[in-house]
Amino acid sequence: MARITAGVATSHVPAIGAALDNGRASEPYWKPLFAGYDFSKKWIARQKPDVAVLVYNDHASAFSLDIVPTFAIGCAASFQPADEGWGPRPVPVVEGHPELASHIAQSVIQQDFDLTIINRMDVDHGLTVPMSLMFGQTERWPVRVIPLAVNVVLFPPPSGRRCFELGKAIRRAVESFDEDLNVQIWGTGGMSHQLQGPRAGLINKEWDNRWLDRLIDDPEELAKMPHIEYLREAGSEGVELVMWLIMRGALDAKVRTVHRFYHVPASNTAVGHIILENGQ
Amino acid sequence: MSLEKPYSDIPGTVIFDADQARKGYHLNQFCMSLMKADNRTRFKRDERAYLDEWQMSEDQKRAVLARDYNRMIELGGNIYFLSKLFSTDGKSFQYTAATMTGMTQEAYATMMLNGGRSPEGNRRVGEAPAGEGK
Repeated sequence: MARITAGVATSHVPAIGAALDNGRASEPYWKPLFAGYDFSKKWIARQKPDVAVLVYNDHASAFSLDIVPTFAIGCAASFQPADEGWGPRPVPVVEGHPELASHIAQSVIQQDFDLTIINRMDVDHGLTVPMSLMFGQTERWPVRVIPLAVNVVLFPPPSGRRCFELGKAIRRAVESFDEDLNVQIWGTGGMSHQLQGPRAGLINKEWDNRWLDRLIDDPEELAKMPHIEYLREAGSEGVELVMWLIMRGALDAKVRTVHRFYHVPASNTAVGHIILENGQ
Repeated sequence: MSLEKPYSDIPGTVIFDADQARKGYHLNQFCMSLMKADNRTRFKRDERAYLDEWQMSEDQKRAVLARDYNRMIELGGNIYFLSKLFSTDGKSFQYTAATMTGMTQEAYATMMLNGGRSPEGNRRVGEAPAGEGK
């Protein structure tokens, strides 16, 4: 039986990818940021997940305004890094897991979550930056990935509650898959940041850290937080954090926090990173 | 019945909702076209001619030519779509964000290094600024 063993959450700032791709990771600006992932790289090398269900948002790369799915699951065998306007990132092709992806789609649709099924899609920094942070620079990603794209660009994104419940449905789906697979669930995006308008640059360290505390210990209540609180307290792009609730919903009520990291700034953004294990 | 917009009193912020998306459809789709290297080349060669291929308003085209990002956002642009435009110019998110705040690049970068813009005084229009009591 497949099982979800752990959750990984991290911000997915594009400048992090650019710093890595352009050999600037050891510069004083970036060094403390990457140091926050040293433990994570060792941890994941020990964990050896077979598959990561990677919750992220597309940033107007795969989805234009022609079609904006609220939840979309990537069922393809592979996904190319997207050209976001400066050429594709020099990272490996992302290999999918079409069998498990299709199984999850079928299962969660029957649990009332109407996912959009994607059979061809390029993946942008929202997906590849977390991969780089967890695996560094490599010739081939050591895990297969099921992209789960969530609309957080065109307001409103799905509610925190809906995301949390989707996580639970994904867990049930994974656990009904016959093959013996070590599956992780990743939530990405956030934390506080605003990229637009005269209020750009907003960061709310206290709020972010309280949010992390509640994500670990009180996710059911946290999931009830309305979007307006994210917008006011964590900036217009801080609402991406609802994606972390999908990860949390797929984990046990009580989890073991094996790593927690918070750093300001990466470009315009507060970076949060947390690793939670099931089965304490 | 109109949609409730509890976010309309957040200072210095336009939420990209259905109304904005409708206004900005062609502007955002134009930006999206710059994900192709050939289109970037054609756009750079003659920006005005390239823009005239799109059903954008004259105001939107002028805002693009002037790289006035606040104006583009007001006219329905979304920052992630607009990122294709500033990436074509070789500019970063931080550069572009700074231009929208009216701060210099240096002042903005320093603010971020010092922990970013405080939410104090920035939650609601008319809220008392930080440090001036309730």
